[in-house]
Amino acid sequence: MSAFSPGSARTVPRVSSRTGGLVALALVIALLPFALTNNYFYEVAILVGLNAIVCVGLNLLIGYAGQISLGHAGFFGMGAYGSALLTVRYGWPPLIALTTATAGVALVAFVVGRPILRLKGHYLAMATLGLGIIVSIVISTEDKVTGGPDGMSVPPLTLLGFAVVGEHVWYWVVGACLLLAVWLALNLIESPAGRALRALHTSEVAAEIIGIDCARYKVMVFVVSAAFAAFAGALTAHYSGFVTPAKASFLHSIELVTMVVFGGMASTFGAVVGAAVLTVLPQALTVLKDYEMVVFGALMMLTMIFFPRGVVPTLGAYWQRRAK
Amino acid sequence: MGQQWVQFLAGGLTVGAIYALVALGFSIIFNASRVINFAQGEFVMIGGMSAVSLVATGLPMPVAIAGAVVIAGAVGLLLEKFAVERARKADVVTLIIITIGASILLRGVAQLVWDKRIHALPPLSGDRPIEVFGATIVPQSLWVLGVTIAIVGALSWFFGRTRLGKAMLATSHNRLAAQLVGIDVRKVLFASFGLAAALGAVAGVLIAPITFTSYDVGVMLGLKGFAAAILGGLGSFPGAIVGGLVLGLLESLGAGYVSSAYKDVIAFVIILVVLFFRPGGILGALKSERV
Repeated sequence: MSAFSPGSARTVPRVSSRTGGLVALALVIALLPFALTNNYFYEVAILVGLNAIVCVGLNLLIGYAGQISLGHAGFFGMGAYGSALLTVRYGWPPLIALTTATAGVALVAFVVGRPILRLKGHYLAMATLGLGIIVSIVISTEDKVTGGPDGMSVPPLTLLGFAVVGEHVWYWVVGACLLLAVWLALNLIESPAGRALRALHTSEVAAEIIGIDCARYKVMVFVVSAAFAAFAGALTAHYSGFVTPAKASFLHSIELVTMVVFGGMASTFGAVVGAAVLTVLPQALTVLKDYEMVVFGALMMLTMIFFPRGVVPTLGAYWQRRAK
Repeated sequence: MGQQWVQFLAGGLTVGAIYALVALGFSIIFNASRVINFAQGEFVMIGGMSAVSLVATGLPMPVAIAGAVVIAGAVGLLLEKFAVERARKADVVTLIIITIGASILLRGVAQLVWDKRIHALPPLSGDRPIEVFGATIVPQSLWVLGVTIAIVGALSWFFGRTRLGKAMLATSHNRLAAQLVGIDVRKVLFASFGLAAALGAVAGVLIAPITFTSYDVGVMLGLKGFAAAILGGLGSFPGAIVGGLVLGLLESLGAGYVSSAYKDVIAFVIILVVLFFRPGGILGALKSERV
């Protein structure tokens, strides 16, 4: 019934070897700098990595557990502002602020998770959307604390006493974090918890019958995905040195979900590809100026019409058929 | 103090009626396809902006309004024909992302056809405020309420008395059974997009003289319409109307008595509380999961 959980067997992915994909991703991250010929390309690559971390987490929730969230930009924003406020107003070291903000957001997600995840399908979409909007309005309105719509500046990250500055250093930091995020996600998916998530995606009643505590697993994956978003948010704030309420907005939430579905639900590498394509595309389309939105919207529609299961799973199925 | 109360009530009902019209559009498309149409707000924008342009060409107001509704309806039908129809075998989530793509595309086209400025549509019968129970109300508010009531009447006739309307209701209850008795569910989906777009356009034309219109008004109005549809119970027509009016009143009273900056926060907090106690919306029926 719930529209966001397609429920058919074909959406439940086969357990595959995780090392192959991880090595491939590590190779891409290691070799990409050869193609990044200037600082701007590095900037875009870093943005791709940061968005991909959020999407890998969000994909656990949407793709595997079948629970929609239209409010993850709220967690992203809370992470960003949390870390920013702890460093700016209380003078905490950035690394500790970043960790605390991530843990704090995970706690918030844990508290609101249980009542919210009782809702299903579009009602869950609405509740998470409302949550995200509440966060974004509070951030823009409490201007004495957050700087309001103008945003606030954030000090750079320091690791072991060295400030992390410059696109080249950040590229490797974000790349390492992305690899870690993907590794964590793959481990989770192939653990008993991951099997429980896929079971409750297919049918919660059936999953309960075989002894899965659906509420507990749904809250767990919700907390994990919120923590990924908050971590990426805090990282983004320290990287760009500036944070605005737009990062917590409804439109950003929609963007994140679009990346996940575009790349392919229930495919961790699909989430990375979706984040990459939908981060690079708007940058590339800025040359079209006034036509940017038209072309972007049209490309999104065409891709979803011709790759209905998302780019990675549809292409994967195509190559498998050709191989036979 | 007494007048203030009436003032907030009138403002809330006016906005609420607009939300109700948008919410009806969400529910109509949801019933036909289980899809949340994220381009619903863009129909509202197209209605308002088209009316502004048609009035500017010198057409009389009623013709301009009819034209705007027809344009939006046509856009809705095209969207169904060339995007939703082609992806009909895809999952619901995929269809939803297609409508998100459509909303970006339509905003982009609106930017090109019109511009990024804010436009005003002249009100239907002047802008001299009327005194009602000590509150001052613009005549356009009465138009909003009157037209909404007329549309609700027309819709209940359509769904209760016409073949197409009954076919749409039947499809929403049980798609397979509807097909079994010979209803063309693809035609139903096609008609649903046209009808939802036309309803959105009416809302856009009605609200444009009060809140003005621009290429991006659809984002917020669509969001509120979705919230209203969920609050009332997705897929329920009385629910959409109740949800719209309640949301409008919550915002207006919240802005008036608590804080105008936090009016949306108040509204969303109350929606969350309502959903905790009634997870299927105010008038929505909770369906149990099939195994």
